[in-house]
Amino acid sequence: MEPIIRVRDLHYDYVNSEGEETAALDGVSIDIYKGEFVVIIGHNGSGKSTLAKHLNALLKPKSGEVFIKGMDTRLDENTWNIRQTAGMVFQNPDNQMVATVVEEDVAFGPENLGIPPAEIRSRVDEALRSVNMTEFAKSAPHFLSGGQKQRVAIAGVIAMKPEIIILDEPTAMLDPSGRREVMETIRHLNKDEGITIVHITHYMDEAVEADRVVVMEKGRIAADGTPREIFSKVDTLRSIGLDVPQVVELAHRLREEGFDIKGEPLNIEEMVEAICR
Amino acid sequence: MLKDITLGQYYPKDSPIHRLDPRTKLVITFMFIVIIFFVRYYTGYLYVLAFLALAVALSRIPVKYVLKGLKPLLFIIVLTFLINLFFTGGGTVLVKWWRLEITREGLRQAIFMALRLIFLVSGTSLLTLTTSPIALTDGIELLLKPLRVIRFPAHELAMMMTIALRFIPTLLEETDKIMKAQTARGADFESGNLVQRAKALVPLLVPLFISAFRRADELAMAMEARCYRGGENRTRMKVLKVESRDYAAYGIALLLVAAVLMNAYL
Repeated sequence: MEPIIRVRDLHYDYVNSEGEETAALDGVSIDIYKGEFVVIIGHNGSGKSTLAKHLNALLKPKSGEVFIKGMDTRLDENTWNIRQTAGMVFQNPDNQMVATVVEEDVAFGPENLGIPPAEIRSRVDEALRSVNMTEFAKSAPHFLSGGQKQRVAIAGVIAMKPEIIILDEPTAMLDPSGRREVMETIRHLNKDEGITIVHITHYMDEAVEADRVVVMEKGRIAADGTPREIFSKVDTLRSIGLDVPQVVELAHRLREEGFDIKGEPLNIEEMVEAICR
Repeated sequence: MLKDITLGQYYPKDSPIHRLDPRTKLVITFMFIVIIFFVRYYTGYLYVLAFLALAVALSRIPVKYVLKGLKPLLFIIVLTFLINLFFTGGGTVLVKWWRLEITREGLRQAIFMALRLIFLVSGTSLLTLTTSPIALTDGIELLLKPLRVIRFPAHELAMMMTIALRFIPTLLEETDKIMKAQTARGADFESGNLVQRAKALVPLLVPLFISAFRRADELAMAMEARCYRGGENRTRMKVLKVESRDYAAYGIALLLVAAVLMNAYL
């Protein structure tokens, strides 16, 4: 099967004000398939945000290549098709809303695509329904909570009918309940609407819910596998300064104390199961 | 609180005036402004008053609310009245006191000026009271569209207005937050003379500006990610349509124009 996102040997460096070059991406290669829910973790400066911006053609590779659904991001004529195929949600909910009314903001993307008005209307209604924000359609953005604003931002992307949604730390500025709202929405879009999700975060608990976890470190991919595989390497994660989810931590410590914890419990239910056996 | 400031003071209501196409309202307001300057006799103002009264009645906005819009301008209205009253020469002298004199011509001029201002302000505030900011920017964009021939950036202007309106509450909230943060660290925004107060604003404005630029940067990226590439080939979800009530409104406005002109020149 042809991957929907194909990144090959991607390099990118930033030049700071003193003229020094810092490598943000140092040879990243990854394939992501249709319908996958991928979480990219890594701490600040690991290059995860830079990678995300390459998937939406906001940045173009300095060397290496990125293909989105077979479209080369280096070619200018592909840019708009790529941005429509791979929608992007950013960290700060306030700084990605354009209009003064929720439904007008959701309509912004489809309007840019030149879609006929009646179709925009139905797309907007549908998008607001799928993020559960229909009742706020006529509200002003500044009356919404952080989680609600972020759901509106997601609706704005869905209204463009993308096949991939890239979320660049969408939960970083939210409170726990806002984070839960956003995670539920993402899971729903992935499971029920079959949208490929690339979710960037530094919350380990969010990584547990993914199909696949990619760990980034110093512009490279340090590990790539299912959450169970990744979190079984507690010491490796520690060595690159990342935490593991609480349950995994508990299992790890119990095992160090000589208890026999079978399997790799990732959530509380599995842990209860493993201990009670 | 700063947050309570509503720009343009839109008064939401479902009335025939609210439902008019924003372009119609803009054009009629413009006609209204121009025609006020053609009034030559007191009777001419009766027509203007009748038109405005009809519009206010149809809009179902309390008269008190419309008049409230005049309050901030009261000083200017009184000042113009007084200047015209005392400094217009000619005509018979009505009152003479020390070196000031009020002439018949001066009194007339003063009353005319004051009425003109009152009608101007209440007429235009009716526009913003009955039209939401977003409808207003849409209307302006569409009205200015023909000017694209001379490269006038109509879409860009409307987009800037929309973004400005969108960020007013966000920036007000942020100002509030910075102000509290600075006050907590001993900054004083409320005492001292004018110069001291202006100086106290510097530590408020600098972070605010920096953050506004950062926001602009992020917003631009988010807009690009959502395929924004200017006004070319862009469609709108809500399409403005001129309906029979708009023609009726134009008809009534033309009647006003005709009445005032006939009153002045026939």
